[in-house]
This record gives sequence, C-alpha cells and structure tokens, in this order.
Amino acid sequence: MVQDAKSVASREHTAFIELSRVSKTFGTRDRASTLAVDGVDLQIGTSEFVSLLGPSGCGKSTLLSIIAGLIQPTDGEVHIDGRPIIAPHTNIGIVFQSDLLLDWRTVIGNVLIQFEMRGLKTEPHRERARGLVRSVGLGDFEQKYPWELSGGMRQRVAICRALIHDPPLLLMDEPFGALDALTRAQLQIDLQTIWQTTRKTVVFVTHSIEEAVFLSDRVIVMTPRPGRIRDIIHIDLPRPRGLDVREQPAFTEVLHRVNHLFQDMGVIRA
Amino acid sequence: MYARFHPLLWTVGSFAIVFAIWQAVVWLFAMPQYLLPGPGPVFVSLAKNSAAILSQTWWTAATILAGFILAAAFAIPLAMVIVISPLLERLVYPPMVATQSIPKIALAPLFIVWFGFGVVPKVAVAFLIAFFPIVIDTIVGLRSIDPAMLQLARSMGAPPHRIFRKIRLPHALPAIFGGLKVASSLAVVGALTGEFVGSDKGLGYMLVQASGNLNTALLFATLVVLSALAMAFFYLIEIVERIAIPWHASQRQHPH
Repeated sequence: MVQDAKSVASREHTAFIELSRVSKTFGTRDRASTLAVDGVDLQIGTSEFVSLLGPSGCGKSTLLSIIAGLIQPTDGEVHIDGRPIIAPHTNIGIVFQSDLLLDWRTVIGNVLIQFEMRGLKTEPHRERARGLVRSVGLGDFEQKYPWELSGGMRQRVAICRALIHDPPLLLMDEPFGALDALTRAQLQIDLQTIWQTTRKTVVFVTHSIEEAVFLSDRVIVMTPRPGRIRDIIHIDLPRPRGLDVREQPAFTEVLHRVNHLFQDMGVIRA
Repeated sequence: MYARFHPLLWTVGSFAIVFAIWQAVVWLFAMPQYLLPGPGPVFVSLAKNSAAILSQTWWTAATILAGFILAAAFAIPLAMVIVISPLLERLVYPPMVATQSIPKIALAPLFIVWFGFGVVPKVAVAFLIAFFPIVIDTIVGLRSIDPAMLQLARSMGAPPHRIFRKIRLPHALPAIFGGLKVASSLAVVGALTGEFVGSDKGLGYMLVQASGNLNTALLFATLVVLSALAMAFFYLIEIVERIAIPWHASQRQHPH
C-alpha cells in the first residue's frame, strides 16, 4: 500500500516527543469521572508532521493539551526533547481553532505579544515579525486591526504569532476548523510550505480525514472516547503536495482506508 | 439620501419636533401655566434665573462627579479582587449582593443622621447607587475571556499578573465602560435624592423649592438644565471610551 521505505525512515526519527501510557480522567468527587484518554503510547520524531485524527470528543485535543503541559495526565509521562513535561511548556507555538487575536492590537502587535508575554522587549524582534507577516501574504496589513481582516487572514496572523519565537514544536488544535473550504485548502498548502521551510515538528489535531492525510507524515487514528490509538497510518505521498494530490489513487486509497477504520469503530455508519 | 444631512441637523430637528408637540399640547388643552408651561415661559424662566441655576448646577455636578469617581475607584479594584481570588469572592460577594438589595435611596435619611446636611450624605448616596453596576460589569468583563486565550498566554510563559494586565484587563474595558455609563445616570439620581432629602443647595433643592412655590416654569427650567447636565456627563464618558477603546465594535466608524 502506501507504506514503503520512507515510512521506515520516519520511524527512525529520534523521538522528539515521547508519550508513554498517557491517560487522562476528568471528573470531580461529586460527578462520575470520564476517561478521556486511555493509555496512549506515541513517539514523534524531530521535524515530523503528525496528525491526531478522530471524532469529536475522542480526547485528541486533550492529548494536545497534555503535550503542551497545559493539562497534567492522570497517568503516564510526556517527554519532549528528553525532558519531562510537568508544567506548561513554553518552547512551543500553539494555534487554536479560534485565532485568539487581541482586538486592541495591530497585526504586528498581535505577533509581538509572544515576546511581551515572556517579559522580553519587542523592538529587537519587530523586523523579523514584519518579515514573517509578509511571508504569509499580509505585508499590506501589518498595521491593520484584527476586525479589519478575514477569517483566513486572522488565522495566518495566529500562525505567525506561534512561529515568531522560532520554537521547535508547533501544536495546532483544529486551526482551520472555522474556515470556509477554499480558505482552508489555501491555508493547508501554506502550512505545508511553512513546515517545509522551517522544519518544525508539528502535531496537528483535526477531525477532517482529508486534511490529516493531505498534511501529515503520519496520521494517528483515534478511537471514540476513551481516546486510544486505533492505528497509525504513514502517508508517503511526495511533497510538496498540491491540490492535484487529492485526486491521485494513492491519496484516495488512504482516505478509503481511514474511512473503513471509522466504520469499523462505528463512528461512521454506512 | 438621508445620510446627506449632518448628524447635528438630526438632533436639532428631533428637538424641534419635541418642542412643537409640547407647545401644541399647551395650546390645544389650554394648559394653565402652573400645570404645564409652554417652552416659551420655561426658557424665559431659565434666562431670568440663569445665575442662580448655574451656581446650583456646579454644586450638583460636583456631587455627582465625586460620587461617581469614588464608586469607580472602589468598584473596579473590588471587582478585580473578586475575580482574582475565589476566597475573597466567597467572602465579599454575598454581603455585597445583600447590600445591593437595600434601596439605596432609602438610605438617604440615614446618611443625614450620620453625616449631617452637608455634601457628604449626597455624595454617599450617589456613590452607593453607582457602585454596584460598575462592580458587576467589571466582573463580567474580566470573566468573559476565552479559556483558550489564558492557555495560550500560559504557554507563552506569562505570569498571572502579566496575563491580567496585558490581556484580561484590556479585554474587560468595553464591559467596564458599559458599567460606567449605567453608573453615570445612577449617580445623578443618587445626588438628587440626597438633595431632596435635606439640602439648601443644588438643583435638587431648587426643584423642591420651585415645586413648593408652584413655580412650574422654574421647575421645568431646572429639569432642562438637569437633563443637560446628565447628558453632558454621559457623553463625557463616551468620549473617554472612544479614546480608550477605539478598537471595540461599538466604536468602529467604518465597519469592515
């Protein structure tokens, strides 16, 4: 199928992120507790693009928050670059579904907040921020406010904010979920370009099978709650992948396979 | 095509219509002047008593302003404390809500017993009545932040005080201004109530005097000045708001 020599190579990445037996139970004394994530073992290599794919409520966002150190797992451990994650990890960039831009700051100001929140001076980084904003096609909008931008442009700014401090790891939680189909397709291509030029490690949460397959080196297919890893699919389509890749047999074959997995799990009923 | 007219023209026009209806009612029902004077006698009275009204206006304006500024100065920090500390919230919030259920106007006689007939009881009523909406709206503003925004800030390594100053507080400003605007009209009510209950100064005192003398023209003249004062105060806050939060949806001149 789509697994060949290259997928073997991706397994040989040095594990940059390592999740061992990670579980998360939500709940309080008075309410029944829910098991959101159940015993996830996963290694993600440096510069790898990995998607967590699953139905709503399968715990994929929880898993991402655990990697970010924003949620502590009930069981198991997370290591990034060999260090255990026990507090919010700050050497990362995060992009959420909501762009979370600050209405009172310009595009540049929203990108530079990354440094301000860290207690650093913004001036030394202003030129780099300009360059980054230009590189995502927003050169003419540097001094605009978020409400003057379209949804796609706003999410581009959010991506710039996540990249400006040059973190090795980018965590994305359904970043294109609120965008229209055309904007979404464009941003997927742009994200691929960013990833190919910066070689960041990307963990990308989505419930779109197409999106996961189009973007990823590996797609982690998760079960409905409690979230477990059902399967890991290596995507060996050549890069850069363009719009036409979606029509290739190899692409549709993977879609087919993932769809079947979800059918088997009862997520999609035929 | 209506957009051609200057906004000021609309304001002037709408007031002209109100005055015309007023005058028409007076003529139509042959209103005696002690019940409903027409706009003419009211403005004559206003002109004749302008010096007296003006001096009383300063007095009332100062009372309103003092009550309002005190309310804002205590309410906003209190709301911040309530939002930051769950312990203090549990401690402070219930008695505060209980206090709120007392009609503040009913406290005016008590304040006269406590603080005498000077300016203090009037400021106290204005303060109390303006206080609550500022607290509530500030709390709502500070709380209505996307939890993901706070997570993002934490992933940037920001300590809580910086998240508060750079994100939560600016985010809450539109709600705070909403509370301030409500409080501004309430402060006027509070100051007047204080003056009604026991005073020898201010527009409230003038109203009571004019009412006692059946000088309805003067009563209306005072009302006109009073509403002008309240409006000026409200717009002053709007101007500050426009300067402080030009980015907010309510302040945008050219919607995208």
